[in-house]
Amino acid sequence: MGAYFTEIFRGLQSLAIGLGITFKEFFQPVVTVSYPYETIKMSERYRGHIELIEDEEGKAKCVVCGMCERACPSGCISLASESVEYEVEVKGEMKTKKKKVLTKYDLNFTTCSLCGQCVENCNFGAITFSKDYNLASSRKEDFHFDLLNRLKERNS
Amino acid sequence: MSLTILNVIIAVVIAIGFAALNAAYLVWAERRGAGRIQRRPGPNVNGPLGLLQPLADGIKLMTKQLVIPGGADKALFMVAPVLAMAPAIISFVTIPFSESIVAHSMNIGVLMIFAFASLSGFSILLAGWSSRNKYGMMASVRAVSQNISYEVPMLITVITIVMMTGTMDLKELVAAQSGGIWNWNLIPSLSSPLMPVAFLIFFICSLAETNRAPFDLGEAESELVAGFHTEYGSMGFGLFFMGEYANIVIGASLITILFLGGWGCPLGLFPGVWWFLLKIYMLIFSFIWIRWTFPRTTIYGLLNLSWKILIPISLFNLLLTAGLLKVF
Ligand code: SF4
Ligand code: SF4
Repeated sequence: MGAYFTEIFRGLQSLAIGLGITFKEFFQPVVTVSYPYETIKMSERYRGHIELIEDEEGKAKCVVCGMCERACPSGCISLASESVEYEVEVKGEMKTKKKKVLTKYDLNFTTCSLCGQCVENCNFGAITFSKDYNLASSRKEDFHFDLLNRLKERNS
Repeated sequence: MSLTILNVIIAVVIAIGFAALNAAYLVWAERRGAGRIQRRPGPNVNGPLGLLQPLADGIKLMTKQLVIPGGADKALFMVAPVLAMAPAIISFVTIPFSESIVAHSMNIGVLMIFAFASLSGFSILLAGWSSRNKYGMMASVRAVSQNISYEVPMLITVITIVMMTGTMDLKELVAAQSGGIWNWNLIPSLSSPLMPVAFLIFFICSLAETNRAPFDLGEAESELVAGFHTEYGSMGFGLFFMGEYANIVIGASLITILFLGGWGCPLGLFPGVWWFLLKIYMLIFSFIWIRWTFPRTTIYGLLNLSWKILIPISLFNLLLTAGLLKVF
């Protein structure tokens, strides 16, 4: 008999505690972010697709060593370059030298697994992850990114 | 003669209007309330504060086709949703909102409301049975056993109150509690010291009678898809929905009349319809609050609660009150 009443009492008590919790929550501020009207800042370590980093002159930092292309397990990076001659002053003399300049940096994002090998392997700190997550399209061509072009657009 | 017919029509139109308006905006309140409790905004896109949402829902439901599943019992399938809504509207006719606002006052008002309330169980049974759906069938079996077992403690509690006040007229029940909070049936008196317990029992039973969470076994979404109205779309579903909310208003009104002094003010000042509305909407808020706090009970828990706890205690209360009424 005693157990019967303690059980009822305990039950009622726990129900009251539950009601108390929801009552408190009722007056707390809403935590919903009404995407797409509102967005939150992506965390530091968020991994989007890769993006080229620019140097002081606004050009791509990439020296076209090809390490990223080789490191990528999915083969989604393809590079192209051309040699340009430029002049430097060495010991008071002008000399012409050659260097490679990036002409194409294509990322096929449809096969990228976001593993980060490309960023790991770049010795020159020329690529990084972007914070872009609003990626939606019904055509797969939209996921072939021309990163060089994106860099230009960012700067213009 | 024609005047009385006109009166009846006006009363019915007002009752339907009140029920429909309440149903529409209680759904809104329910969704906003649920949102707040779960710390999300709830419907907030249509109109300011989402106030046009019920309108949008209504239009959506009304423009859909009513599909009758093959093998269903057509006549019963169509009758069931009407039967869910009609008794609720009829019950409104006899509920006194204040001294003067009552469509038709009857000396057996309590009895009438309970008679019609038991019809809602019937509509669930018909809906589940006629739609020829195993989920619907299971749900109606559950709902009927639930309604039967919760009507018993509810009616025993009502008998206790009727014994104390000696009337079944809703207006006289309120009149007996007029004057202030100390006269309300909720407050224990010398002749019935267990009144708060009786109130709690009645409250729980009203939740169960209206098939609301945590007693919504009739439509347990996780087990039975949507329970008895699985096969209903369009306004068939809409009527069930409106019936549910109209029943909630009836339940809250009954609790107010039986326990909380109807349209009387707690301090005995300015009695009127505003107190009545305030009380029922506070009760409805607590219904919503409870729904979004507790998970659904099991069918065994539900029946055990009724037969092992509510019925013995309400019977004890009845006997105690009967005895003490003789003494004092
Ligand atoms: S993240 Fe991985 S898969 Fe994607 S481009 Fe870089 S190396 Fe290739
Ligand atoms: S590893 Fe870095 S520097 Fe080398 S090609 Fe890739 S991005 Fe350019």
